[in-house]
Amino acid sequence: MTIPFPAAQTGFWAATGMIAAVVLCSTAGEVLTAAAMKSVGDLDEIRARSGLKGAIRAVLTCPLFFAGVSFLALAFFSLLFALNHLNLSLVAPASASLTLVTNAIAGKIFLKENVDRRRWTAAVLVCIGVYLLAH
Amino acid sequence: MILLLVAVCAPLGDSCLSRGMTRLPVISLAHPATLIAAVFTPFVALGIVLLIGFFASYLTALSWADLTYVLPATAFGNVIVALLAHFWLHEPISLERWAGIVLITLGVGFVAQGPSLTERPAAQAPALAEATEAAVEIKQEQAL
Repeated sequence: MTIPFPAAQTGFWAATGMIAAVVLCSTAGEVLTAAAMKSVGDLDEIRARSGLKGAIRAVLTCPLFFAGVSFLALAFFSLLFALNHLNLSLVAPASASLTLVTNAIAGKIFLKENVDRRRWTAAVLVCIGVYLLAH
Repeated sequence: MILLLVAVCAPLGDSCLSRGMTRLPVISLAHPATLIAAVFTPFVALGIVLLIGFFASYLTALSWADLTYVLPATAFGNVIVALLAHFWLHEPISLERWAGIVLITLGVGFVAQGPSLTERPAAQAPALAEATEAAVEIKQEQAL
């Protein structure tokens, strides 16, 4: 497989590992944040009941939210590290599109979401679309 | 509306940050104060406001919709950026990118037609209990 410069110097498995780190951290962050927001409840209702301060307090007092944000921060720094070794034209489309698929899998396993045929089709179509658009 | 805000705010915020940072002279790590000063330049400040708006809308969307619904639906932001770049900035769009735009639009169309939230047994239970109570009340009224 040909990898564009400077990834050619990095090696295939190292490049795969870097992209996998971005994808896994990002997926963990998204899933934890989604779980946090589900445990908090509908923010529109909370805001109507206790105002904007109440909604912000509800989010900031949820430990899962901070776990999610920590993983999202880790994903950001993994992305910066990957960009230091690999080309943007490889890292951005690969991580963005793969994250959609891993999120669909993680959503089904960990959040018990009903990922039916319609959502799988949407995830795959958007995944290929994002790759083509960003490549 | 919230999903549209998520889709629009993220790419616009990134674009504002990019435009703001590229207009500034090269920032060295030896002078970190210049990085803080950059936050107060108009485009970077606007970018930060838009990204805060994105995160707030994203969290709101996740509070009432599934992650597997929100992520594909908000990917439409990529299409908005590509179309803005083409019609506003007159950037050329290759055949591959047009194919990407069509696929994302199709994907968003697919997911948007379905339900936004997975029905949970816990959510069904109170409704079932209410229905049972209502049925009991009707029977009691009929008995009286």
